Amino acid sequence: MSIPTHLKYTKSHEWVKPEEDGTVTIGITHHAQELLGDMVFVELPQTGRKLEKKEECAVVESVKAAADVYAPIGGEAIAANPDLESEPEKINEDAYSAWLFKLKPDNASDLDDLLSAADYEKLLENEDH
Amino acid sequence: MLIFEHSRPGRRNHSQSPATSAVADKIPQNLLRKTQPLLPEVSEMDTVRHYTRLSQMNFSIDTEFYPLGSCTMKYNPRACNSLAMLPQYLARHPLAPEDTGQGYLACMYDLQEILKDVTGMAGVSLTPMAGAQGELIGVMMIRAYHESRGDKSRTEIIVPDAAHGTNPATAVMCGFKVVEIATDKEGNVDMAALKAAVGPKTAGLMLTNPSTLGVFEKNVSEMSRIVHQAGGLLYYDGANLNAVLGKVKPGDMGFDVIHINLHKTFSTPHGGGGPGSAPVGVAERLLPFMPVPIVGHEDGRYYWVTEKEKPQSIGRLSAHMGNAGVLLRAYIYVRLLGRDGMHRVAEFATLNANYLMTALREAGFELAYPSRRASHEFIVSLKNIKEKTGVTAMNLAKRLLDKGYHAPTTYFPTLVPECLLIEPAETESKETLDAFVVAMKEILTEIEEQPDMVKDAPHTMPLRKLDDVKAARELDLAWKPHSE
Repeated sequence: MSIPTHLKYTKSHEWVKPEEDGTVTIGITHHAQELLGDMVFVELPQTGRKLEKKEECAVVESVKAAADVYAPIGGEAIAANPDLESEPEKINEDAYSAWLFKLKPDNASDLDDLLSAADYEKLLENEDH
Repeated sequence: MLIFEHSRPGRRNHSQSPATSAVADKIPQNLLRKTQPLLPEVSEMDTVRHYTRLSQMNFSIDTEFYPLGSCTMKYNPRACNSLAMLPQYLARHPLAPEDTGQGYLACMYDLQEILKDVTGMAGVSLTPMAGAQGELIGVMMIRAYHESRGDKSRTEIIVPDAAHGTNPATAVMCGFKVVEIATDKEGNVDMAALKAAVGPKTAGLMLTNPSTLGVFEKNVSEMSRIVHQAGGLLYYDGANLNAVLGKVKPGDMGFDVIHINLHKTFSTPHGGGGPGSAPVGVAERLLPFMPVPIVGHEDGRYYWVTEKEKPQSIGRLSAHMGNAGVLLRAYIYVRLLGRDGMHRVAEFATLNANYLMTALREAGFELAYPSRRASHEFIVSLKNIKEKTGVTAMNLAKRLLDKGYHAPTTYFPTLVPECLLIEPAETESKETLDAFVVAMKEILTEIEEQPDMVKDAPHTMPLRKLDDVKAARELDLAWKPHSE
């Protein structure tokens, strides 16, 4: 199972990468893309949109289902990955390099509430029964 | 092959061609088209053969077992169709005066009363024309109820994560914020999550019972108490009413508003995109808000109840009262069944599901909720099969087509990985169910012995395995002649 240790995670299967400039980059995990299957469409938040923690802000749609993506922490959307509109399959190819959007956090300490790689791995084991 | 591809310049179906001598001089020049419409040029026989061939390529309840979970694809008795097609009904104008439509109005009034009786609600309006519209109207009534009391703080609707996608969509359409609550390991709503979610902002809870996981919400009375205590209302999504028809009434479970999919439970054709019909039923306190028209009855005379009698009604959904043809089919169906017959629907739907579930478990399939009794449907998960062999639920579904069965619902509910949601419905015989089990067993053996063959299914259909990813990514829905 592929869970990079330098990232943070959410229960709803987003990964969060704290950048050096204080912003965060967000995507969906390898596990999430595996459950969804082949991606066919991605809808991303508008730049400048203010997001609350756990707010639905993006949609990833596969041949099987459409799933909401939630803001892992509160903040302002500052960028959306322009490649995904024409090549949503990049999420299947490498979920951790195919980022969805970037946030400027309202509160950097909110990152502390997110799951570590070890916590996320435990969560997946529990989901497996 | 499309009908356009049969087209040859100048070929005509003369007996059915419109007269071309008509003069259109009253139509303003700017509205007249400059080019001929793109229509196929085919003979009558080409047309008949084309559509007959298409119908033979189709899977339908009239030709194959169709265990499509949460859709209740049961057989529609021919009597419903033929009686609803009587010329007196077909020729009736929706604006005809009440006096000349007493027969039709009487049928509709009786249908309202029967649906009230079988669901335990205080009032029924027949006017919504699809499940999603019934839902929308139900939640609009919840909103109207809170607003009428000056209670403006209720901005949230609670929806379990197992719900049909239309539930959260409906809540959002009505301006509510959706609060999603989790399901526990047994397939019930997580009661701790519900308790944490309710509060002064709760406008209501939307629930499907039995749920889309194919199990009955054991704690429904307690859920009802918790939501009502917080001042919220309970919405019943009637998608799975077939499992409990006449046995358990949503009204008795504490629901304030429900919608009933006549096109599922009450045996009118569906699956082709409509027309549907989803009457809404309400408890006493929502009676003033029901959509109109409704049929009233006094002194032996039937009449339309409109905005005049119901000034707080949320209004009309169409110019007239819903899909008359579908409502008539449902009326005939409930009259053919009677109250006892409805009990048998629920009993046999449940018996068939549990028989099939047990047989498939014994055949080696893994159930999503092995400790639970099925309602009218149940879930098989191919998660472990996929891990071992790479064969997915979709592969198995396609292979079933080769064996002459319409595939069950795949990948819904999304909570269960690699799932098949199987609903046999009450109209199938033991022989059909046994034959389906044999086919499923055969596929299980095939998965072990030749998994690649299963992955490439279907093999006997007019079209082989389609590239569904390409189809979704490169939508190409409009036919154009090659010359363009």
